[in-house]
Amino acid sequence: MTSERAVADAAPTLLLARAPPFPACGEGLGRGPTRRLVLFAAVGVVFAPPAAATPAAMEDAIRALVGAATVQRGKVKLELPPIVENGNTVPLTVTVDSPMSEADHVTGIHIFNEKNPQPYVAGFDLGPRTGKAAVSTRIRLADSQQVVAIARLSDGSFWSDSADVIVTLAACAEG
Amino acid sequence: MRVLVLAVVTATVVAAAAAEITPGDRRSGYDFSGPETRAMQDDDTANPGMLGVLQGETLWARKAGAADRSCADCHGDPRTSMKGVAARYPAFDPALARPLDLEERINRCRSEHQGAEPLAWESEDLLALTAFIAHQSRGLPITVQTDAELRPFFDLGGELFHRRQGQLNLSCSQCHDDNWGKRLAGAVIPQGHPTGYPVYRLEWQSLGSLQRRLRNCMIGVRAEPYEYGAPEAVALELYLMERTHGMPIETPAVRP
Amino acid sequence: MARVLINLPSRAKRGEVIEIKTLIAHPMETGYRLGPTGVVIPRDIINRFVCTYNGEEVFRAELFPAIAANPFIAFSTVATESGELAFSWTDDHGQTQTEVRQITVE
Repeated sequence: MTSERAVADAAPTLLLARAPPFPACGEGLGRGPTRRLVLFAAVGVVFAPPAAATPAAMEDAIRALVGAATVQRGKVKLELPPIVENGNTVPLTVTVDSPMSEADHVTGIHIFNEKNPQPYVAGFDLGPRTGKAAVSTRIRLADSQQVVAIARLSDGSFWSDSADVIVTLAACAEG
Repeated sequence: MRVLVLAVVTATVVAAAAAEITPGDRRSGYDFSGPETRAMQDDDTANPGMLGVLQGETLWARKAGAADRSCADCHGDPRTSMKGVAARYPAFDPALARPLDLEERINRCRSEHQGAEPLAWESEDLLALTAFIAHQSRGLPITVQTDAELRPFFDLGGELFHRRQGQLNLSCSQCHDDNWGKRLAGAVIPQGHPTGYPVYRLEWQSLGSLQRRLRNCMIGVRAEPYEYGAPEAVALELYLMERTHGMPIETPAVRP
Repeated sequence: MARVLINLPSRAKRGEVIEIKTLIAHPMETGYRLGPTGVVIPRDIINRFVCTYNGEEVFRAELFPAIAANPFIAFSTVATESGELAFSWTDDHGQTQTEVRQITVE
């Protein structure tokens, strides 16, 4: 399985007024601010029209990730296996601590990654009828990398969590 | 460097002398998979292999061939008629005087009793039908046991299992009898018990047969893989299934 | 029609949060793989999943090539009233497949 460099390698076009500032509060990932800058540059690429995305999907992504707000750490829990047996199918769960009431609920959950050909993995729309702010899916990861989940709340605030995964290759494959 | 070579040679010699896995130590590939992979297998509503089983269920009822018959027309309710069947395959076919695996058995039924074209190896339909039938034996112990008729084929399978092959010059036995549980470049080496075939292999992102998996193994040691349906392939399947005797069928299993 | 597996309770109490699991057969061709002749296999994925409850949308997902083959999506919804849950998957060709399930809410 070839691991292709993220689109972030190309010069990204930021359509946002300014990239959302990420609080530099050393959350124990041991990563400096440079990586976060690269990450948000990658996020910026989402807003440059990708070749095959539908306009509606792009508009939803823009709505859910309005650049002016600060993305805070917390409330969101991104669960991924720390060591992935096969990058083709990686189970992922995102839960957000939220009462999911009319007044206070999660409106969207968005998943990004660092090293796949595209930085955007999926976006989920939720609401008060969701009951529980939790989604599970299975994703593809081309290489060991960081995955980020961002939740947008009904008050317009953004919260996030990230996870580092090590992706191993299967033994004895076809090629 | 000399010490290293000597150590490797010694290790190989020691490894060659090691015996088969003791019955008490036998474990399914399930036990060597990570918790997420196991969770995927355990939940029938989230196991991607079950999509193939569902398709097989439809094919079971579909009329086919010149005789315009479905599997159901002869075999009725698969939950009773197919129960235990996959657990005893490969089985000896007196007409052909050799063992057939389940895929070949299905195709022989198609040509002989339905007047239909055989389904291609690794085709979606053949995998679905095989998975559906094998699924009816889920939980049942494998009953393949060599008798006089199967002995020569079993012996061939055993010989192939223990034979070094390929550019890497490794035998199946060296990894799966002698070094199971250890890691091969990040992946844990299982014992090679085909309890859950056709299996949903994450690497394939689809169902696949035991023969396909064996081909992957052989490519892994850089050997020329057996053609689908080759006598060596079926002999090896027979050997493996008997080696797995008594362990329960898990179809559709999920493996990395 | 692709094979689908949907797991949701057939009965629930009013106001109860129910978990729904869905699985659909689809290769989710990324558009990055090379075919046997060295030519890129074009992208072909399910890009949208929507769940409606008696006609009202309660959940939506936008999917990209990084979603694994045979897409699995699990989410929750509040059991508000008896009726019909409809699940729709739409692919890059604009084809939609819809499955419906009944739920009784007491």
